[in-house]
Amino acid sequence: MYSVVLTKGVPDFREGVVSFDEDGHLERGETPTVMNPNDKHAARAALQTKVRHGGDVTLMSMGPPGYGDVLREGMEDVYGDDCVLLSDREMAAADTWATAITVATGIQKLDEQPDLVFAGFKTADGETGHTGPQAAWCMDWPILTHVISLDVDEDEGVVRAKRLVQGDVEEIETVEAELPAFVVTDPEFEPTYRRAEHRLLHKDLREETQARAEDHESVMTVWDHEDLNLDPDYIGLDGSPTIVGGVDPIPKAPSEREATDVDPTDSQGMEQVVEELTPYAGGD
Amino acid sequence: MTDDREHYEAVVVGCGPGGAAAAAVLADNGVETLVLERGTEAGSKNVSGGLIYAEESAPYTIDDLYPGFREQASERPITEYHIHNVAGNKVKSYDITDLHDHDTEWSDAVLRRKMDSWLERRVHERTRETGGGVVTGVHVDGLIQEDGEVKGVTCEELDPIEADLVVAADGVNSELAREANLMDWEEPEEWFQGVKAVVDLPEGAVEDRFGIGADEGAAHLFSGDLFEGVRGGGFVYTNEDTLSVGTVFHLDSLVAEEAEPHELLDALLTHPMLAEYFDGEYDELEYSAKLVPDSKKVAHTSPHRGRLVLVGDAAGQMQAQGPIIKGMNHAVTAGALAAEAFVESRARKSRKAEPTAGELYERKLHEEGVMGKLRPKRYEVAAALGERDAVTNLTDRVLESPVGRFGIKAADSLGIIESAYSSPFMSMLMPDTKTPYVTLPTVIGEALGDRVTGENTIEPPALDDRIGDLTYDVGDPHIELLDESYAASGAAVSACPVSAQDFGGGCYRSETVKTNGHEERVVSLDTQPCVECGTCAVVADTDWNHPAGNKGVEYKQG
Repeated sequence: MYSVVLTKGVPDFREGVVSFDEDGHLERGETPTVMNPNDKHAARAALQTKVRHGGDVTLMSMGPPGYGDVLREGMEDVYGDDCVLLSDREMAAADTWATAITVATGIQKLDEQPDLVFAGFKTADGETGHTGPQAAWCMDWPILTHVISLDVDEDEGVVRAKRLVQGDVEEIETVEAELPAFVVTDPEFEPTYRRAEHRLLHKDLREETQARAEDHESVMTVWDHEDLNLDPDYIGLDGSPTIVGGVDPIPKAPSEREATDVDPTDSQGMEQVVEELTPYAGGD
Repeated sequence: MTDDREHYEAVVVGCGPGGAAAAAVLADNGVETLVLERGTEAGSKNVSGGLIYAEESAPYTIDDLYPGFREQASERPITEYHIHNVAGNKVKSYDITDLHDHDTEWSDAVLRRKMDSWLERRVHERTRETGGGVVTGVHVDGLIQEDGEVKGVTCEELDPIEADLVVAADGVNSELAREANLMDWEEPEEWFQGVKAVVDLPEGAVEDRFGIGADEGAAHLFSGDLFEGVRGGGFVYTNEDTLSVGTVFHLDSLVAEEAEPHELLDALLTHPMLAEYFDGEYDELEYSAKLVPDSKKVAHTSPHRGRLVLVGDAAGQMQAQGPIIKGMNHAVTAGALAAEAFVESRARKSRKAEPTAGELYERKLHEEGVMGKLRPKRYEVAAALGERDAVTNLTDRVLESPVGRFGIKAADSLGIIESAYSSPFMSMLMPDTKTPYVTLPTVIGEALGDRVTGENTIEPPALDDRIGDLTYDVGDPHIELLDESYAASGAAVSACPVSAQDFGGGCYRSETVKTNGHEERVVSLDTQPCVECGTCAVVADTDWNHPAGNKGVEYKQG
C-alpha cells in the first residue's frame, strides 16, 4: 500500500511566532515557515496505512528550495520514507489550479503509482481547500473528503472511510471508494491502532523517522518543470486563472474603552448613569 | 474470530519493577513478550515510599537484571537509618542502620517516574528483540476466559490478546487478580495507606542538612503521638536534591479515627523535628498516595490460576514489619521467578503431569524464601497472642505506668531498646496494634527523649492546592459509587487522600439530602481529582476500575 502525502509550507501563525506589520499585513520575512498543521492529519492517515498494510509513504510539496525543511518537519513530526520537492521559479505564485496541475503531474511521475494520496483539509494561509480536489480531478481519481477514520480493504481493493459532514446537523457518513483514491483528512481524523503489533511497529517507525529526518536530503528528490515535462504557460503565475482583487482585513473591536467609576451612593452620579443608559433601554 | 486474535507467548501487564523483572527473564530466554503499561510512560501511575532493596538472600536483584540501574535510575544509596520516638516535642532517636544493613546488598532511594521510565526503555529494547515490546497507554481491564480457563487479556484500547502466560504486575489495585478471584478488596485490616510529599531542596542542602556526603543518603522513620493515635508512622528519605516525606497508616485505623491522611502528613511536615530539613522554606513538588497491601495478611500463598500469575503488589507481596518496609525487591524476585517458572515449564511441556508454570512459580516463592519473608511464621504466632484487645490494653497500661517507664529507662541504659529495634527477629514479631506504633514510641519519647528546640514555620499547601498541582488527563468516570449511604461509603470522605470533611473539591463529599420531610446523610463522588490509590474500593461500596490508558492522574515524581 503506497501512499503519498501532499503538504505545503505555511507561515507559522501561532501567537508569539507570527509577525504582522502596522497595517496588519503578514511580515513573511519575519515569520518562519512550517508544515501546514492540517497536513499532519493527512500524514497520520498515511502512517496508519503503512502500519496496518505495509508499503512506503512519500511526502510531496511544491515550493521554494527552503520547503525542504517543511518536508523534514513532516518526516520528523509524523513519518515519511522519502520526500519529493517540486521546485522551480516557473512554478512560483501559482494559484490552486496551477498547483493542482503541478502536483498531479508530480504524482504521476513517481516510479511507483500510489494507492492512496492524502491531503490535509485547507492550508493555514490560503484556506481554499481546492488544491486537493482539483489534483484528484486532474488524475481522474475518486476523492473522499472530511475523512475522520479510514480502513483499507486490500482484498476488495477499496478504501472505506467515515466522513464528518457539518451543516445544520452534524453527521458521520460512511463512504467507500475504489483504489487508487484521493483522501482529504478532516482535523478530527484519529488514527486507530487496535492491535499491539501495530502499536509496536508505529513506535519503531517513529524512532526510525527521527534519524531519517535529520538526513532528509539524502532521501529527497527535487523536480523542476522540465523534469515534469510541464509547459511554463500552464503552471506558476502564468498558469493561474485566479486573480486576487484585494485583501481587506476584518476590523477588530477597539481594545480601549473609557470608563468612569460611579459610587452607587452618589445620587448625582447615578442620575447621570440612568440618563446615559436611557437611550439604550428602549424607553422614552 | 479467534484466528484473527493476536497471540504472544507472554503478556506482562504493568511495567513497574515486577513486570520489568519478569520481562527481562522472559526476553533473555527468547520468550516473545508483550508488556502493556497503562500510563503515558511507565512510572506515571506509580508511587512508592520509596526505598528499593537488593537483598543478599534474594535470587534476583534489579541491578543484576538491569545493569546501570543504580547509576541511572535511582537517587541516593541509603547509608544511615534512624528511628525517632516522638512524644510532643520530646524525641528519642535510635540508629538502626544495622537492621537496615541486615541481608542488604544495597538500598537506594527512588522516585518512580524516573526509575520506571528508565526501566521501560530497557524493557522495550529487550522484549522488542523477541517480537514483543512495551506498549504504553493501554488499560488491561480483564481476562479472556473460555471454559473457565484463562486464555489472555482484554483491553480498553486494543482487541483481546491471547497468551500462554499472563503476568499480572498491575499493582495494588490489580483488576486481573480480582477478576481471577485471587484477591479482594474487602477488609481495611489488610491494607495500609501511604501519602507522600516530594519536597524540593536547594542544591547542596541535602548534604548540609542531613550531614551526609554526595554519595550518601539517609532514612528517618517517625512514630509516637504525632498522628492522633492512628497506627502507623512517617518517613523522610533523601533523594538527589529532593526529599520524600510520607506517612503510612493501617487503613482500618485511619477509618476508625476518621483521620484525614493529608493532615497527618502535615503533622509530620510541621513537627519541630523537621525544621532543620526545610530551614523555613517549603517547596512541595508533588503530593501522592498509594494503598499498600499487608503481606502478613494478604500475600497470596498460591498466586496463580491457569496461565495467570500475580507478582508484586498484585499478589500482596509488600513486606511491612515495623521498620522493615520492602516491596519492590520482592516484586522483582517474584517477577523473575514467575518468568523462570514459565521457561522451565515450557521446556518440559512434552511430559504431562509436570507442574504448570503457576505451580512452579508458587514452589519457587516458597523455596527461595520469599513467602517466608512476606508471611513470617513468627508473626503469625505473635499475632495470635499480641493482637487481642485485652493483651494490647494490658501492655499499654503497663507501659504507660511508672513501672513501665522505669522499665523503659532501664532497658535503654542496657542498650536493649536499640538492639531490639535493630533486630530483624523482633521486627517480625511486632503485632499490628497500637502498642508498637503509638504507645511504646510515645513512652520512649517521653521517658528518654530530648526536647526539640527548633521552630518549624513551614506551611504545607492546602489540599485543593495539592490537587491543583497534580497533572490530570480526565477521562470518563472510572469508579461507580454503588451505595451512596453514609453508613456504606462515608468512610471514604476522610480516608480518601484527596477528599476531606467540609471540602468540596475532593472525590468524596458528604451531603445532607432532605426528602419528604426527613434528612439523610449521603456521599457523592466526583472522580476528577482521583489519584487512583484504591482506598475507596476498600472502605466504600464501589465498582472500582482504573481509568483508560493515558487518562487520569500523571505523576511526575512518583
